[in-house]
Order: sequence, then structure tokens, then C-alpha cells
Amino acid sequence: MSIDKRLIRKDSLEKLFDILKQNNKTIYAPASKNGKISFKEAESYSGISTGYIQTAQSSKEVAFPRTELILDYSKNKDGISVKGIDLNNFPEIILWGVRPCDAMGIGELSSIFDWDNKDEIYNNRLSHVTVFGFSCSKSDEYCFCTSVGGDPGNTEGSDILFTRLGEDGDYLAEILTDKGSAVLSIAPGLFEKAGEIKKEQYLAGVPVRFKREIVRERLDQFFESEQWVEQSLKCLGCGACAYVCPTCACFDIQDEAHGKTGSRVRCWDSCGFSQFTIHTSGHNPRNVQSQRWSQRIMHKFSYMPERLSVYGCTGCGRCSRACPADMNILDQLISIQEAAI
Amino acid sequence: MTENIYMPYLMKIDKITYEAPGVKTFMLKFINEDDQNRFTFKAGQFGEYSVYGVGESTFCIASSPTRKGYIECTFRQTGKVTNALSDCEEGSIIGFRGPYGNIFPLDEWKGKSLLFIAGGIALPPMRCVIWNALDLRENFNEVTIIYGARSVKDLVYKHELEDWKRRKDVKLITTVDPGGESPDWKGEIGFVPTIVEKIAPSSVNTIAIVCGPPVMIKYTFPVLTKLGFADDTIYTTLENRMKCGFGKCGRCNVGKVYVCKDGPVFTLTQLKDLPDEY
Repeated sequence: MSIDKRLIRKDSLEKLFDILKQNNKTIYAPASKNGKISFKEAESYSGISTGYIQTAQSSKEVAFPRTELILDYSKNKDGISVKGIDLNNFPEIILWGVRPCDAMGIGELSSIFDWDNKDEIYNNRLSHVTVFGFSCSKSDEYCFCTSVGGDPGNTEGSDILFTRLGEDGDYLAEILTDKGSAVLSIAPGLFEKAGEIKKEQYLAGVPVRFKREIVRERLDQFFESEQWVEQSLKCLGCGACAYVCPTCACFDIQDEAHGKTGSRVRCWDSCGFSQFTIHTSGHNPRNVQSQRWSQRIMHKFSYMPERLSVYGCTGCGRCSRACPADMNILDQLISIQEAAI
Repeated sequence: MTENIYMPYLMKIDKITYEAPGVKTFMLKFINEDDQNRFTFKAGQFGEYSVYGVGESTFCIASSPTRKGYIECTFRQTGKVTNALSDCEEGSIIGFRGPYGNIFPLDEWKGKSLLFIAGGIALPPMRCVIWNALDLRENFNEVTIIYGARSVKDLVYKHELEDWKRRKDVKLITTVDPGGESPDWKGEIGFVPTIVEKIAPSSVNTIAIVCGPPVMIKYTFPVLTKLGFADDTIYTTLENRMKCGFGKCGRCNVGKVYVCKDGPVFTLTQLKDLPDEY
């Protein structure tokens, strides 16, 4: 199917926002709070941040919340009653302002939740999310999407991809999926027929710094490498990289009790935490930080491609921006590519 | 079908057996009859057992799939969840989800002799296979069980050990670590690998299944190799920390291999392919 390309006037985005609100859509969009831009439920168009290179948090939270209810229980004199989360009652969400790297990350995250045993909590949430990608006109030194199969105007994962045609220009809207078409049908008047538009000239330039296929090949012989020790010397094991990552899926399952009632929840976790793999006996298969750092890179660039046929990195650069010890994943991946084995 | 894969079955604790200090066996029955009728599993698989309000914990199903209508688990009281489980009484309701993981290929072992070697609290994962094999006894040649624990009181399934000892079609050797014997102890005294070497079971047409603490396994494998067991005739189970049980939570993988999905049952051939991170 050829992509349906439309033009949206710069003043019409606000109208689109209002029409979607009138149609009872919940809109999550980037908003600034305490100097950080993150996805929040947007009440008005004027509250949406623009001009950001990257939000502090990825958009994964919309389908994979930081804390997700699995079940509620209540103990009574006859025993216990347990009720799972309602899988058929997730809100219709428009995820507005997603960068192409985050949109691509949705597929990578889904591959983890959807192999073999299907995680229908995640799948059902996601099935109600329509992704509005916004191409990047700016990048910074942490960005490396072009090294991992993406680019600043990549359509993968978006239902509609918006590309601004110049700094104060109108928007090209590429309608990519049925969900995207459904939006078009709600507000057909706003989506004009577009002429021939070459969007590339409006996109940020992100140089290719390494090839992920070469990194993957290298990692096949890299498990015992001394380089992991060197790379992870600075690592504090704080887990910030995992929390901001659009594809990190590691989680914990915990119970929260309040007297006779309570819930079981799934919450984000990180392979970087020292107790992540510890056995009750005290034995810990990943006993030192270098093993945990190696797990992080190997999982994304070796195990995921092998087991799930996708890589687990979209080059968003958030982990490097968030690292309190200034570890830079791009530098590390380049050094793996260049390492003598 | 849309289902919540984290929803446990509700199970009633039908019977509690005290096995050893801190070690108990629960016989669990499904509260919901439909659940019981639908539920099937095979030897080697595991599940997530939970106390509502405390959390979930991973252990094997210790009963044989040939015994219908219930499952059993045996656990040692060590962490938060196993302590809460230990506080449960007969009639209490707990959660169970599973079965997860791969299986011991009993079908492929037909006509062969079976050599079971277990240490301490690692007899439960093997008890499932032992009873499964004994319930289909005609399918197998000789059955030998070598079981050791730190001391006499630490031996689990004492009544079943008596059963197996009495049976003419099972050869049972029990041992305790030096210093762990009681005055009336009639079994062997010595570490499991030493006893295996002393007994020197035949490797001819035999499958060896080894479960125990890492140090026992480490020293038992070379003994078996010396006795002529090929790597692909030696089986064990790996036990890594898990939360989900189906390859998502990110904890149990050893390299690209997920213990929860590709295991917990591995042959020595497969183990030798894994990085040293388990």
C-alpha cells in the first residue's frame, strides 16, 4: 500500500487536538515540568511542549506502566476472592509527539511481551493506543538512531507521522495504519491532499557511527571480554538507563497488602541492580557490575536479535543523557565494534 | 482468547507434611473443578506459588503427573514468601500458576536404566520424575537412587525413602555428610560424589539425572564422565531467580538461554554450551 500523504496547516494541529478531545480521546503529549519534558495527559493544546529533542522519559509507560495492576484480592471468612485487572476496559489513547526512535521502540518492546506466552495486559493496552510520531528536525550528540536501523523521519511504529516542513511551516502527515486512517476520518477537513513533498530536507542529520550487525557479530565472542570490566567501572548500578529506555522490559512482581485486601502489581525493574538475580541462598549468577552491564548490552544486541529477531535499542540516547556517572552507550558500542578480539 | 497470564489458580492446602527442619510438603488441590480438569503438566516443570499479600515464589512441582487430582510442592523456609507459606495451615488458600518450562523426556528414556543422584533439598524436583518412572515401572530397566544430605535429619521424604528401600525394583543408596550420621544410621557416610564413585553404577544404556547444590553437581559430573556417561545422557535442572516464569521479566537467562523457557531441564551437553553465569 502506498502511504497516504496529507498536508496539515500549522494552525490546524490545535483544531485536530480539540476534535480528538471532543471524540473522547485521552491525549498523552510531552509537557514540561520542573525543567523536564515528559508524556502527560494533555488538557489543552497550549500545554504541549514543542522544540524538544527528546523527552526525559520514553513513551513506553502508556502501554507498560511503571506500576501495573495484575490482580486485587480480598480475604474473608470463607476464604479469598481474587479479581484480575479488567482486560477490556483500557482507555483510547492518542500518544502525541512521539519521536521516531520511541515509536520504533514500541515494536521492540512488544516482541518481549508477545513471544510465546502473550501478555494480554500489555497487548490490550497497546491496542487502544494511536501513535502520532513527530519527525526530528534537531538531534544532539547522544542520538544514534541511524546506527540501529532508524532515522529522524522513520515511520516504523507510528500510526501517523508528522513532519514539520521548515521551522515555521505546515506539517506533512503520513497516514500509515488503520488507526491512522481512523483519525483521518474523524477530522477529514484538516488533512489536505499533499503535493510532491521531499521530507528528507527537513530532517535532522544523524551520522551513522557503527553498524549494529557488526556489534552483534562481535558480541558472539565477547562474553568473557575484559572490556566489560573497563566499561562498567563507572557504573553505579542505579538503573536509570533502564527506566528511561523505550525497550527495557525487565520487571518485578510484588504484593501490596492493606489489612485483609491488597493487590499484586508488576513494576519496572533493572538488570543493573545488584540484587536483580540473587538467589535466596545468597548465590548471585551476576555477582559483579561488569556482568550486569554485559547483560544489558548482550540482551539488546545479541540475545534479542537471536531469540526475537529484533534488536533492543533504538538509538534514542536517553541512557547516556540520564547516566549520573556519564557512561555513554554510543562510545561503548563503537568500542565493541572496534575492539580487537 | 484474552487472558491474564499472571492470574494464579486458587489452591487449597489439603495436607502438610513436615519433611526436615524448615522443610515442608504441601498437597494442593484446585478450588475450581474446571481448573483441575483442564490442568496438565509433565515431570520437570515448575510454577509460581503465592501467598496473597506477600508474593510469589518459584519451585518445581514435586508430585508425579501420574497422580491425578492434586499437585505437591516441597520448599525450605528461607525467604519472605516461603516463610509466609510455612505459616499456612491445612485448609488455607494459596495461589499457583504454571506449569512452566520444559520437561524430563521420559518417553525417550523407555527401555533404559535410570540413575537418580540428588543432594539435600534438591530431591523434590527429582521426586516428580522418580514417581513418574516408578508408576510406569515396566518402561524402564534398572532404577537406582543415590540420595545424600548434610545430616540424617536433613533427609527429606523419609517415608518414601523407606518405601523405595523396601521395593525390590529400586536400588536406593542414602548417604550423609561425614559427621551428619546418627548412632543408628545404617546408610553410607560421605559426600554424594564420593559415594557415586564408590558405588560405580553402570553407564550402559543408562540415563543419569543429577540435582543438588552447585558444589555437589560440580564434583558429580566428572565422576559420571569417568564412569562412561556421555554428556547427552546426563541431565540436571538449573534454578535461577524468576518472577514471570515465561521469558519476560529478564532475570533467569544464562546468555541467550532462558531457564524458564528453555529449561529448567538441561543435559550436560547443553550446559557446556552456556556461559559460566548460573
